[in-house]
Amino acid sequence: MPGGEERTLRRRIKSVESTKKITRAMELISASRIVKAQQKVAAARPYAEQITEVIGNLAAAGAGSGQPLLTPRENVTNVGVIVLAADRGLAGGYNSAVIRKAEQALGAAEGEGHGTQLFAVGRKALSYFRYRGREIDAEHTGFTDSPSYENARKIAEDVVSRFEAGDLDRVDLAYTEFVSVAIQRPKLVRFIPLEPEELADDDDSSDGPDAEYEYEPGPDAILERLLPRYVESRLFAALLEAAASEHAARQKAMKAATDNATELIKKLDRQMNRARQDSITTEIIEIASGAEALNQMGDDSGNTSGDYFTERDATPYDSQRSESRSTP
Amino acid sequence: MTLNVEVVSPERVQYSGEARVVICRTTEGELAFLTDHAPLIGALGIGEVRIGQESGEDEVAAVHGGFVEVRNNKVVILSDVAELKSQIDVNRAQEAKKRAQSALQADPDDEDAKAALRRAEVRLEVSSD
Repeated sequence: MPGGEERTLRRRIKSVESTKKITRAMELISASRIVKAQQKVAAARPYAEQITEVIGNLAAAGAGSGQPLLTPRENVTNVGVIVLAADRGLAGGYNSAVIRKAEQALGAAEGEGHGTQLFAVGRKALSYFRYRGREIDAEHTGFTDSPSYENARKIAEDVVSRFEAGDLDRVDLAYTEFVSVAIQRPKLVRFIPLEPEELADDDDSSDGPDAEYEYEPGPDAILERLLPRYVESRLFAALLEAAASEHAARQKAMKAATDNATELIKKLDRQMNRARQDSITTEIIEIASGAEALNQMGDDSGNTSGDYFTERDATPYDSQRSESRSTP
Repeated sequence: MTLNVEVVSPERVQYSGEARVVICRTTEGELAFLTDHAPLIGALGIGEVRIGQESGEDEVAAVHGGFVEVRNNKVVILSDVAELKSQIDVNRAQEAKKRAQSALQADPDDEDAKAALRRAEVRLEVSSD
């Protein structure tokens, strides 16, 4: 039936158009959130830098031996993996990339015969691992697009207390590093125990070994209080970077979707126009051949009705349409 | 010659400015820093940090735990709960205190409520003087 294809196409175009509106809105929202997330990353930096410096100074003063958070364990039996994914999808490969990193960490630990514990942050990580029947030891959701320090504190506290109790001997962290708006890199890093070199490095570069500090109370007591804060601040930084990456990934994905929709609409429009023209052409041919058939019938049956048809032929197609359709 | 003072919380730099004197409470007792103080790293207790500014006006911050580092006339206060007096909403703190207290009555082991109560008390203490 002519017009059927045209109608279907028209419906599809409408649906693609409304999808485009949604993806465009999401693109704009994400773009504005990237800026905010980047500002938060920058605002959190002074604290992280200061705390790293203080720990570096303490380490240079000889504190830190025997701190469980700084001492790698010889016999690792249980490895924890924290994965920072997003609560929502529609962010391109963002979630799957970081989850793949976590899978790698879990696979590697299990390959070495260690037990594993999984800390899932973000609803997408949770549903991924739950669907695959993996046991999830702790879940944290609902804040991945704008994490607060309190969120970081809760997760870190949980992880550190398990570590100190001996339930975990090592903890790895899978998150997405925010390099720039265009580049985000999924990363797997050692979370606890902390690597002392990493702390010492920061200190050397800034002001050398001037460890002539007074301590109140002693260096070890301070370090003991400082290290959990440091762990929190590292996790907080990772959460903020992950949030910025999430927004950037979503913006990119939504931009691609919007561009795709524009492209698709163009294509469908062309198809629809062709279909419309086709159906018009078909109709004209039907009319013309119908008229032709009648004409020939008239020629065969002599003059009486011949006049009638020549007269009708002179009228435009439109007024003839209903009649010629009914002719066989 | 003045001290360069910064109060830094994990989410942002709360205060940054010049001061004559900084008084804070470490776990061992109160300490005051003037210019040319010897380098020091201290652990802070619950309480206030008083910054004697050049102008003669004091800035007070509520600090719960954290650390202070003094070096080369620079005082850095690091705290996961640091709020300036001017930022504290007394009504909100009082409400938070009440809420935390009633939550604790219902469940004395509620860690969140305990932390909330602690924070509210420090806030009220700072804003009351």
